[in-house]
Amino acid sequence: MTMIFDKVSVTRGGRDVLREISLTLSEHRIGIIGDNGSGKSTLLRLFNGLQKPNTGSVRFKDHTDDLRHHVGFVFQNPDNQIVYPMVEEDLAFGLKSRKLSKDDTDARIQAVLEELGIGHLRTRLTHELSGGEKQLVALAGVLVTQPELIVFDEPTTLLDLRNKTRFMRLLGTLSQPAVVVSHDLDLLMGFDRVLLIEDGCISQDGSPDMVIPAYRAAREC
Amino acid sequence: MLTELYIPGDSPLHSARPAWKLAALFAFCSTVFIVAHPLTLVIALVLAAVGYMMAGLNASHAFAAIRPALFVLAIIFAVQIWLADLGTATYVTLRFVALLAAAGLVTYTTTASAFTDGILALLSKAPAWVPRDKIALAMSLVWRFIPMIRSQFEEVREAQRARGLDRNMVALLVPLIVRILKNADEIAEAIEARSLD
Repeated sequence: MTMIFDKVSVTRGGRDVLREISLTLSEHRIGIIGDNGSGKSTLLRLFNGLQKPNTGSVRFKDHTDDLRHHVGFVFQNPDNQIVYPMVEEDLAFGLKSRKLSKDDTDARIQAVLEELGIGHLRTRLTHELSGGEKQLVALAGVLVTQPELIVFDEPTTLLDLRNKTRFMRLLGTLSQPAVVVSHDLDLLMGFDRVLLIEDGCISQDGSPDMVIPAYRAAREC
Repeated sequence: MLTELYIPGDSPLHSARPAWKLAALFAFCSTVFIVAHPLTLVIALVLAAVGYMMAGLNASHAFAAIRPALFVLAIIFAVQIWLADLGTATYVTLRFVALLAAAGLVTYTTTASAFTDGILALLSKAPAWVPRDKIALAMSLVWRFIPMIRSQFEEVREAQRARGLDRNMVALLVPLIVRILKNADEIAEAIEARSLD
């Protein structure tokens, strides 16, 4: 995959949230770090078209307009991403616009649930699931649409250590390229590339071994 | 009606078409109110009880459907005693109990997606300008988020109780409404991100 940002700027309420970002991203695992309010979530929203640039362009392969059909988005809080009260209903929701037959829909749902090891949750009520299970269901809801790229907005923030470890292992097995915004620097240590955003600009761009220690050192008192 | 959620089962009521269940519920409610006779009420209560038994549900399920409205039912009962007499108060209150129990029965035996399909079926003859899909989605969202809002209310109440403010309506409602509105924005964004308009 190649995602290209060409001189992208985003302004909100008269404030420059992102300033002339130019990037070519083709690595399998990319991390984005930065302080609160630095613009990293806004950058992530550009990936799947939730945020439109005020100037510049975002292109994924040859697509510029229908990015959400190619890029899946996993939100920080799965409670706000899961729309239906039953797990299988929620997964089917993401497929409604694909006009698949019921058999195809059922088969896709089963395959994704088994891939994530949560086949037993298929008929469970979503509000009764644990935080870790909800996060996996939210991810399943994205995977079932077979996106070419998945972006994650602070996916481990609400998880306990056990579920975080499980999620990290799972992230490593996904075949799709992934872009992850996170304050959890350990999560990003095995990634191919890490971007540091400061005040709406990319201030560092390189391997985790280079960017993360520098970021950590600059923030430690 | 949406106080509790679907309870899985394989009874005839579970497998009945949602549009029929909704139509039957509409007919049931209309009859109970239009044919104002004690015999109608008795038949309605018996029908509701038979429905619960057919669905493999028990009295506690029926009570759970009525419980959130107990306060309102108590007010209705008291007002009717004041305005009329004990017999009328009992009759009027039991009429609402029958409606709530019947609505609960539909909720218990219908998944959100089936309910949505039922709404779509009932709206199939609606004019083209009626946003059928959006109405159906809105219904499913109500189904999904009632437990979440209830849980958020409990969290806010706990937090305010820790501050000694659990009886202060402003302290309870302001943070709850702020959270609900913030969540609404994020939910709308998530729906958009999941390839829907």
